[in-house]
Amino acid sequence: MTMLSITNARVIDPETGRDEIGNILIEDGFIKAIGSISPNGDTINADGKIAAPGIIDMRVSTGEPGTENRETIASASAAAARGGVTSMVIMPDTNPVIDDMSLIDFIQGRGENVDVNIYVAGALTKGLDGSSMTEMGLMSEAGAVMFSNGSTPISDSLIMRRLLSYGARFNALITNRPKDPALSANACAHESDFSARLGLSGQPSAAERIMIDRDAALAELTGGRLLIDMISSKDGVEAVARAKSRDIELACSVSINHLALNEIDIGDYRTFAKLDPPLREELDRQALLAAVNDGTIDVIVSAHDPRPAGQKRLPFSEAASGAVGLEVLLAAGLSQVADGKLDLMKFLAAVTINPATLLDLPSGRIAVGAPADIVIFDPNTPWVCDADDLLSNSHNTPFDGRRFTGRAVTTICGGRIISQ
Amino acid sequence: MASSYGYPFQAQHCLAISQFSRPDIDTLLALGEHYLDLNVQKSQDQKILTGKTLVNLFFENSTRTQKSFEIAGRRLGADVINMSVAQSSVKKGETLLDTATTLNAMNPDILVVRHGSSGAPALLAQKVSGSVINAGDGMHEHPTQALLDALTLRRHFGADFGGLRIAICGDITHSRVARSNVQLLNMLGCDVRLIGPPTLIPSDADRWGVDVFHDMETGLKGCDVIMMLRLQLERMSGSFVPSKREYYHFYGLDRAKLAFAKPGAMVMHPGPMNRGVEISSDVADDPDVSLITQQVESGVAIRMGILHALSEAQDGIS
Repeated sequence: MTMLSITNARVIDPETGRDEIGNILIEDGFIKAIGSISPNGDTINADGKIAAPGIIDMRVSTGEPGTENRETIASASAAAARGGVTSMVIMPDTNPVIDDMSLIDFIQGRGENVDVNIYVAGALTKGLDGSSMTEMGLMSEAGAVMFSNGSTPISDSLIMRRLLSYGARFNALITNRPKDPALSANACAHESDFSARLGLSGQPSAAERIMIDRDAALAELTGGRLLIDMISSKDGVEAVARAKSRDIELACSVSINHLALNEIDIGDYRTFAKLDPPLREELDRQALLAAVNDGTIDVIVSAHDPRPAGQKRLPFSEAASGAVGLEVLLAAGLSQVADGKLDLMKFLAAVTINPATLLDLPSGRIAVGAPADIVIFDPNTPWVCDADDLLSNSHNTPFDGRRFTGRAVTTICGGRIISQ
Repeated sequence: MASSYGYPFQAQHCLAISQFSRPDIDTLLALGEHYLDLNVQKSQDQKILTGKTLVNLFFENSTRTQKSFEIAGRRLGADVINMSVAQSSVKKGETLLDTATTLNAMNPDILVVRHGSSGAPALLAQKVSGSVINAGDGMHEHPTQALLDALTLRRHFGADFGGLRIAICGDITHSRVARSNVQLLNMLGCDVRLIGPPTLIPSDADRWGVDVFHDMETGLKGCDVIMMLRLQLERMSGSFVPSKREYYHFYGLDRAKLAFAKPGAMVMHPGPMNRGVEISSDVADDPDVSLITQQVESGVAIRMGILHALSEAQDGIS
């Protein structure tokens, strides 16, 4: 029997709204007791810092299998542990695509040897071709927690209808990127005055809104469970709010990048800030922050997408999209909290209990009997992000040199200290 | 015979189950049962259709239905002519109604029609003076199949099989057999269930007077009869269902899934079967469980019954 105690912590549990000073007692990987209990076993003195559920990141891409130079599951796990992330969902857009039971097994096998919990998203269509449905039932039985078509949206409405309908049989969570393919073709930025001056072709917010409206209508028609995968605009927020006012089983995510950055960050053609969806205007960012606070947005993801420098050091329109995010998700979120833009409890809910509920995981909460996945962080530590310091195999971050307030101090996964 | 129940059978055509009343159905099933006896079926004295012409007009390929009508017609003494699309003028661009007008000019007494478009036999029926029998139209109805299924049930469970719980499993959306069976079995008082993946069941099927299930374990609970449907192979490569493997895993009827039904439950299939896709050979070939061969036998008998009833209605014997 292994025991671990955390003392003098400000224990925050977004599921119950608990926010009080106390101790946490961990036994054999599970939370045994919370409150003013006497410590037992090894003790971590949190010294008034916050102890919250370990972060669950619902959107992590790696390069394993196929392009291990970008990232392996092991290197992503090291980055996750340092960033306070204890569970991550691995996207299926690898080479080969994770579109079959045996590949689900492969990823799960890789996940057994690392410090954090690895969950797998299966591909929605074979080879992400957007047209032929994968064996969602067999993959669900093999342990896939959700289904995604990676960064390529399902463009055909009939296929999307059938995917949602078929997935409903297995209560599968289906996620689709809200991006009208024709309106966003060849775009590398947000369509605005700013991108027009830079001479970059942009995609309008309407491209996002149209897809949200379509997918919401199809979810309503079929009764399927839908996660709108990363919205980026005020139009998108309004479309999600409209859909949620109806009786539709629908959730929505946003990437941390879009809560912290706006289109000005691509000025001087900074390809490290080239993202998909593109960074939009400041009023869009403000709308996204407000949507997290009012619950319209359920989940915040890192959208971790490691890219070697060779794919980034290119003319803007030719460069790859994406940024690493596992190590900055918590810090960038806490910085918005420190700026008074995000509510701490709402932010934490969007990276813990909300993903846990969508994925039906036992973690994501500080509760007796829950797995002891805990992050201890100081919400006030100032620090400067240095891309060279990142543990990821790739260092493509738009936050290089940026000041953050708040940082993970200790990460515990399954009762084991995995980073401190 | 057709008048033996006191309710004259007066239908000119046999287009859909929905056109019949319960007494009509009872008359047809009683006639079918009468013709089940091979001695009656092959008897030289029962030439009800002598002098009449039966035309099999099949716009879609068929083996068993067409042959079944041909044998039924011949055993009743009719002159049977088979027209298939390959030989017909449809290939030369003639419309359905022109074909109907042309055929009508030759005065056939009974037209047996199979067509890929729902409602085509009904359209033909408006243009011809003889009787039209729907041998399957698109995704609409296949009334003679439903009647032969009912006759098979009657043979196995006795004349009063109302109250049986019957599950129809598989591709409901594209099945005319399912639509006819739902109506007929409901009319006969059975408790009908539909089981299949959500992509293969119409979204409003729960308004058909049936219970809809998407998994076999709960759906088959307490079922006396399981009717499996054929799943077209081209629908199993990712458009409606991801793969044969997954379909068989979740919906293929094998011993394990059969065990979810009531002990002693019987299995039916309209044919042709995809073995190892919707049904395992083990189940399909087990005479203690399978009624599939009886269904084919019932096919000829019920079609003789239908031809008999329509012919008497034409002749005004009631």
